[in-house]
Amino acid sequence: MTQSFQGESRTDRLNRSTLIRLMISAALMFGFGYALVPFYDKLCQVLDVNNLNKDEGTIPLNTQVDSSRSVTVEFDANLHKLPWNFKPVNGSVVVHPGEVATVEYEVSNTRSEAITGQAIPSYTPPSAMQYFQKLECFCFRQQTLAAGETRRMPIAFLVSPSLPKDISTITLSYTFFEVPGASAAAAKSADVVPGGLKQWPTSSRTW
Amino acid sequence: MAAIPGGADHAHDHAHDQPSGIMRWVTTTNHKDIGSMYLWFSFAMFIVGGIMALVIRAELFEPGLQVVDPDRFNQMTTLHGLIMVFGAIMPAFVGFANWMIPLMIGASDMAFARMNNWSFWLLPPAAILLSTSLLVPGGAAASGWTLYPPLTVQMGMGMDMAIFAVHILGISSIMGSINIVTTILNMRAPGMTLMKMPLFCWTWLITAYLVIAVMPVLAGAVTMILTDRHFGTSFFNAAGGGDPVLYQHIFWFFGHPEVYIIAIPAFGVVSQVIPAFSRKPLFGYASMVYATSSIAILSFIVWAHHMYTVGMPVAGQLYFMFATMLIAIPTGVKVFNWVATMWRGSLTFETPMLFSIGFLFLFTLGGFSGLVLSMTAVDVQLHDTYYVVAHFHYVMVAGALFSAYAGAYYWLPKWTGHMYDEKLGKLHFWLSIVFFNMTFFVQHFLGLAGMPRRIPDYALQFAEFNKISSIGAFGFGISQLVFLVVALKCIRGGAKASAKPWDGAEGLEWTVPSPAPHHTFETPPVIK
Repeated sequence: MTQSFQGESRTDRLNRSTLIRLMISAALMFGFGYALVPFYDKLCQVLDVNNLNKDEGTIPLNTQVDSSRSVTVEFDANLHKLPWNFKPVNGSVVVHPGEVATVEYEVSNTRSEAITGQAIPSYTPPSAMQYFQKLECFCFRQQTLAAGETRRMPIAFLVSPSLPKDISTITLSYTFFEVPGASAAAAKSADVVPGGLKQWPTSSRTW
Repeated sequence: MAAIPGGADHAHDHAHDQPSGIMRWVTTTNHKDIGSMYLWFSFAMFIVGGIMALVIRAELFEPGLQVVDPDRFNQMTTLHGLIMVFGAIMPAFVGFANWMIPLMIGASDMAFARMNNWSFWLLPPAAILLSTSLLVPGGAAASGWTLYPPLTVQMGMGMDMAIFAVHILGISSIMGSINIVTTILNMRAPGMTLMKMPLFCWTWLITAYLVIAVMPVLAGAVTMILTDRHFGTSFFNAAGGGDPVLYQHIFWFFGHPEVYIIAIPAFGVVSQVIPAFSRKPLFGYASMVYATSSIAILSFIVWAHHMYTVGMPVAGQLYFMFATMLIAIPTGVKVFNWVATMWRGSLTFETPMLFSIGFLFLFTLGGFSGLVLSMTAVDVQLHDTYYVVAHFHYVMVAGALFSAYAGAYYWLPKWTGHMYDEKLGKLHFWLSIVFFNMTFFVQHFLGLAGMPRRIPDYALQFAEFNKISSIGAFGFGISQLVFLVVALKCIRGGAKASAKPWDGAEGLEWTVPSPAPHHTFETPPVIK
């Protein structure tokens, strides 16, 4: 390769075309990593896996009340880096499986600006989730609270009569997360009425 | 380190003034200089990562918390993993590639000499980022080397430093790989067909393709974490409609081929050493090439066997289980070929051969525990226990590291022009193999009994095995310093090495004098 300063040798040309091809491959693979995001989303939808809100918001199949036993449902509230107050109005209720009950949570925004949050439920024991059917819940959509606003939000639910006999207590815990970016948008936009009821979330997931 | 050439070696016609002192190493474009720098860098990072491992083992010497607090402990496991994988093992094999591939295929240098310099000098900043992240508020990344969200979305600036370090290391290894592929494809001496290449070149060609295919995916995954952390995206943030499990899928799409990025060059080194000390050509050369390629291809379609416990349909679990077991077939082909190479050979047991046989024996053991883990039903019990730790240290330490030692002892005479101290080399081998097994064999029992990994404390019934493992780890750590002594002694002097110090060795690298002159094969050799 001592001749390289006088002009490109055949090897130099070959090397350059290999370099370009390999660099394009690396760039394409970087894009491939991002392409996996919609791909998995679609795959999970098609295969119906990892669907955290399965059965939520659908009409219960069985409304027969099983009055032979009762279940204690405890309510818990958490905040993740949100300047809100958030607590259940009643700490727990006792219901019969199949019986529709309504409880309320109280939430207030302590900040002097509108903030949008999203509540994520979790269940203890986790297996109780599939027997817990919600007819209405504030967690179905994002909630925007105006500055200093206090609001009561309902959950209407029933516990399926097919709940295993060994489960006598279910704890339902909600954690409110701030929706990144949505708070600032909410502050500006007039579209979102307080309570955020005007629109369903655009995401395919409804919580 | 490469001997600095005397004036007699400057027979080439484009005269240049070589800077001296530190600038020689900063500006060098010579593949041998860069190879040496890679090897020294990886050894330094091996010591740093090793000290972190010893902090972990010191904490686990006894039940209870005594040496470090749990947060530091988690930072140690994370940095130990990142540094050993990206800072020690990968650069070590890139160092071998830089030094040996041009010599083995009869090329004068790597294809892109300046890019080669750049890809090395990206490494020290990444190493500094990773190690100084221990000092920032909140400490270093403490999520484990896999950097799973949601932990990684929440941690402090140490996490950002780890992400940038991974970016830099990724760019460096992609550039190194582009260089290796181009060199092997375009710069072979006349007559050196692909199927005549030494197997080490073949394994690196395949590895380099793997790096180009998967390192960008890792870069994408950590970029998503970065934008989730700072720019309001929600790839992995459940509150914004993202999914933390998605990260695991993307990460392991990179992570499983990464395992072979580490293992395949190790196969290549062993495939050079075993024939040399068996005084027989490698058994089944073509099948070795095909087996290595099949391992590389299969590595793309088995990633979710790292995720059996995160939730997957049964059909998915079955598919990933059988696909994983399929990899045992080409791997078995390789192991049997190495054994068949030794069969009825005139064996001698110099240090490189000892490390290769140690590799063969212990890597196979690690492969077997991998087969155990590949079974979904068993893995649910063993997931995230010390059984997994034992398994991957058998393939990473006894596999990749032992093979790197085999290669280092094998080529030290070529690099330095001196024979190494055989007695010290053998001492290094025997200390390593005894302490290695003492450290990691007992971890199989700990894992089977249910001791979880990445936890600084444990239940009392695990105390004895942990004590044995910790003593073994300190023994292993200290015995690695023997290698440093051997290498330094070998650079400074020792018996003069001939051009071909191993009588059974084959290949173009043994046709140039020892130490290899600064410039070799300026006129390509002709291979018949």
